[in-house]
Amino acid sequence: MSKRKSDSSTGRHRRRLPALATAGPVSVWMILFVTLPMLFIIYISFMSRGVFGDVVYTFSLNSYHTLLDSTYFKVISKSLEAALLTTVLCLALGYPFAYYIARKPPETASKLIMLIMIPFWTNSLMRLNSWLLLFQTSGPVNAFLQWTGITDHPVTFIYTDALVILGLITNMLPFAVLPLYSSIEKLENSLLEASSDLGATPGQTFLRVTLPLTFPGIFSAIILVFIPSLGIYTVSDILGGGKVLYIGNIIRNQFGSIRNWPLGAALSVLLLVITGLLIFIYTRFAKIEDMEVV
Amino acid sequence: MAAHSAVQKRKRNVSILGEVYAILVYAILYIPVVVMMIFSFNNQRYNYYWSGFTTQWYAKLFSNSTLIGSLWYSLIIAVLSTVISVLIGTLGALGLKRYEFRGKRFINNMLYVPIIVPEIVLAVALLIIFMRLGLSLGLGSILIGHCTFCIPYAVVTIRGRISGDGDSLEEASMDLGANRLQTFLRVTLPSIMPGVMSATFLSFTLSIDDVIMSNLLAGAKNSTLPVLILSMNKSGVTPDVNALTTLMILVIVAGMLLNSGIRALIKKRSSRAEAL
Amino acid sequence: MSESIVSLIDVEKRFGSNLVVRKMSLEIQRGEFLTLLGPSGCGKTTTLRMIAGFEDATSGIIKVQGEQVEDKEPYQRDVNTVFQNYSLFPHMTVYDNVAYGLTIKKVPKEEIRRRVTEMLALVQLAGYDKRKPDALSGGQKQRVAIARALINNPKVLLLDEPLGALDLKLRKQMQIELKRLQKKLGITFVYVTHDQEEALTMSDRIAVMNAGILEQVGTPMEIYQYPKTRFVAGFIGESNLFDGTVKAVEGNLIQVETSAGLLTTCGQGFQPGEEMHVSIRPEHLEISREPAEGFALPGKIKDFTYMGTMVKTALDMADGSELKFSRFEHDSRLREGDPVYVFWRPEKSVPIKKSAT
Repeated sequence: MSKRKSDSSTGRHRRRLPALATAGPVSVWMILFVTLPMLFIIYISFMSRGVFGDVVYTFSLNSYHTLLDSTYFKVISKSLEAALLTTVLCLALGYPFAYYIARKPPETASKLIMLIMIPFWTNSLMRLNSWLLLFQTSGPVNAFLQWTGITDHPVTFIYTDALVILGLITNMLPFAVLPLYSSIEKLENSLLEASSDLGATPGQTFLRVTLPLTFPGIFSAIILVFIPSLGIYTVSDILGGGKVLYIGNIIRNQFGSIRNWPLGAALSVLLLVITGLLIFIYTRFAKIEDMEVV
Repeated sequence: MAAHSAVQKRKRNVSILGEVYAILVYAILYIPVVVMMIFSFNNQRYNYYWSGFTTQWYAKLFSNSTLIGSLWYSLIIAVLSTVISVLIGTLGALGLKRYEFRGKRFINNMLYVPIIVPEIVLAVALLIIFMRLGLSLGLGSILIGHCTFCIPYAVVTIRGRISGDGDSLEEASMDLGANRLQTFLRVTLPSIMPGVMSATFLSFTLSIDDVIMSNLLAGAKNSTLPVLILSMNKSGVTPDVNALTTLMILVIVAGMLLNSGIRALIKKRSSRAEAL
Repeated sequence: MSESIVSLIDVEKRFGSNLVVRKMSLEIQRGEFLTLLGPSGCGKTTTLRMIAGFEDATSGIIKVQGEQVEDKEPYQRDVNTVFQNYSLFPHMTVYDNVAYGLTIKKVPKEEIRRRVTEMLALVQLAGYDKRKPDALSGGQKQRVAIARALINNPKVLLLDEPLGALDLKLRKQMQIELKRLQKKLGITFVYVTHDQEEALTMSDRIAVMNAGILEQVGTPMEIYQYPKTRFVAGFIGESNLFDGTVKAVEGNLIQVETSAGLLTTCGQGFQPGEEMHVSIRPEHLEISREPAEGFALPGKIKDFTYMGTMVKTALDMADGSELKFSRFEHDSRLREGDPVYVFWRPEKSVPIKKSAT
C-alpha cells in the first residue's frame, strides 16, 4: 500500500524521461567533478615528483614514506591534536548552549538560532583578523591585563597555537550547535518527566536519557567540527602567521610554492582516509542522510 | 511550603545561569564582528592598533579599484554559481527523492563527499584534474569549484523540504488533468519554494565567503574578495576592507529583516482573508 | 444496463519480487458504487492506482470505456481521484483547488466561477472559497477534495479510503452523504476501504481482496450471506469458522468431522472425504444441555460480554478453540463454566470449498 515506486512495468518508458531530466545533471556533475577528481588524486599520490616539480607518472610510495618522516609526522599529529581539542571544546561549549536554546519556545528558539548564524555572514577572514587585532601585543586584551595588574608586561598571544585554537572554535561552533540543537529539540519532554517520575535525579536523567538520545547529534557535531578543522588552513595562516602549520597549510604549499603534487595528494588521501573512517563509524549507528548538515 | 520554595529558587537560579551562559557564548560569536566594525573607523592605514575615529574609509572605499574589482568578481561568481547550483540542485533533489534508478545510491553518497571531506582536498583534486586536462584557471574553474560544493548543499536543503505528501500532491495534479510541466510549475515548485529559497541563500553565502577553493582555483588574473583579504593578511588588512565588509553585513541583515517583514505581512493578509 | 465502464483483465502488479495484485479480472458497471474491500496490504489501493494511472500494471489489460489505457498518462484519463490524505494544494485557496482542473483545461474564467460556486454548494461549502486548506476541518477538507475531483465530470470517481482520517460520527455522516451524492450524479464510484461495515452500507457491489487475490465479487447481501471463501467468511462480519472433512452426504445435508467435533451443514457439490470449511454467524449459533441430532460439539461457557444491544458469549470447545455466540437478551439460566452442546439449523451455516492455495 505504501509502496510507490515500481521497478518493472509495461509503461516504463514514460517514467524514465523525468528521472533523467531531474537526476541527470546532478549525477553527471557529481561524477565529473567529485568522483573522477577523487580517484585521480589517489592515483597521483602514488606517482613521483619530477626534478622541476612536475609529476612523473611512475609508481612510487615515496610520498607516503615522506609522511612518516619526522617533520611531516609532527605536523600531522599536531593537526590531529588541534582538531581534537577544537572538537572537544566546541562540544563542551556547544552542548549546554544548544540545550538552552532547545528548551525555549519554538519561536524564540528559531530567533536564537538565527542569531548564531548572523556573524557567519561576515567574511570569516575578517572575523579572524579581529581576534588578531584584539590580542596584539599592544592590543586591548593586553592593555586590559596590564591595567588590572594580572601581568606587568605584555603577553604574546598572536601566532600561538592557543590563538589558532580560539579561532578554530569560534569558526566551528555553529557546526556543533546546530546538529546538537536539532537532536535535543527532538527530545520529548515526557521522556525526561518519565525519568524523573521514576526517581532519577536531573543528573541521572541527563546521563541515562538525554545523552544517549542525543548521541546522533553529538556524533554529527564531531564530524562537522573535527574534519573541517583538520583541513582548514586560513585560521592557522591568519592567527598562526605562518608559524603554526597544520595539514591544510602543508597541502596548500605543495600546490603552491613547493610544487610537490604527489606529496600534497598523499596528504589529501590521508585526510580522506580519516574522514572515511569517521563516516564509517557514524554509519554503524546512524544514517548519513540524517546528519544535520545545514 | 519551605521545600517548595527552595525548589523554585533553585530552578530560578539555574535559569539565570543559563541566560548568563548564553550571553557569554553569543559574546564570543559577536565580538569579532563588532571589532571588525569598530576598526572600519580607525584613523590609521596600518590597521593594527586604534589611533582615532574617522569615516574616511567609507568615502574612499569606492576609489579602491582593486577592492571594488574583487567585490564585483566575487558577486558575479556568487550569483552565477548560485543560479547553476540551485537549478541543478532543485531538479536533482526532486529526481533523487521521486525516482528509482540504477546508481542512485552512489550519487547520494557522492553528494556527501563535498559536504564532509575537507574543502582543501576537493580543491586540490579539482586543481589536478584541470591542470592535467590543460584547462586554464579563471572564472570557469572557480565556478566549477563553487558549484561542486554548493550543489550538494542545495540538494540536501531542498530534498529536506520535499515532503512525502508532495508525491501525492503531484499525483492529484496529474489526476486533475495537468501534465508534468504544468504540475511542476503549479504544484511542485510552489511547495518546495521555501527549500529553494534557503538553498539560494545558502549557496550564495557559501560562494561569496569561500577562500580555500577560490584561492587554489583562481589563477593569477583576478581574485575574489576573500582571496584578496587573505593575501593582504601578511601586510595587514586596511580599514577600507573593514568598511566594505561592514557594509556587506549590514546589507545582508537589512535584506533578512525586510524579507521576514514581508513574510509576516503576507501571513497577516492571508489570515485576514481567511477570517472574511 | 450492465455495461462495463472499467475492465480489468488478468491484471498483475509486481513490486520487485513482491506480487501485490495477482491475475485480477473485474468488470465495473456504469453508474455503480463498487467497493474494493480488504485488509491493508491486500492490493486494493494498488488496483485503484493502476486505474488512475499512477502505477503501471506489470501485465494484463485495463480498459476505461472500452479503451485500453496503458499508454495514457494520469492526466489523459477520464477518471479522477479523491485521495486518502485529501492532497489539497496547501498554497492554493479552496476556490483555486476546486478550479484547478478547469484552469488547466483553460475553461473561460466566467464558467469556472459558475461551476466552482455550484460545486461548492453541492458539497455544502458555499462561502469557504477564500480559505486555505490549513484553515479547514477534516470533514471540510474531504468535501473540497470531492468537489475538486467531481468538477471535471469524470466518468469514474476513484476514492482511496477517503473517510479514513475522520472520527466515527463524521464518518457515518459522510458515508450517507457520499452515497446520496453518487446516486444524484449517477457517476461510477470505485471506493477503497478496509472497513467492512462501511463497504456493506455504501456499496452496490463489493469486491473483496486478500493478499493480491480477488476473493469474491457480489452485492453486500451476497457477500454477507454466502461467502465463497474462508477469508471472506471471516473478514465480513463476525463468524465462527470450522475446518474439517466431509464424513457423509445425505441429500443436501453434509456431515463434517472437525477437531471440535461432528457438525452438520447444508449444501451441494461436496464428496465424502473432501476437506472443507463451515461458517456460522454467532447470531445463528444455538446451545443446549443435550447434544442435538447431527451435532457433537461439546463446550463450556467461558464468559459473557455485555455490548449494549446484545450479549456476546464466548464458548471454550474441546479442541481449545473458541466460539462466539450472541443474543439480544441474556439467558439468565446460563452460568460461566456451564457445560453445553452447540448446534444450529444446518441451512443457517455456509459450506465453503477448500481453496486451492
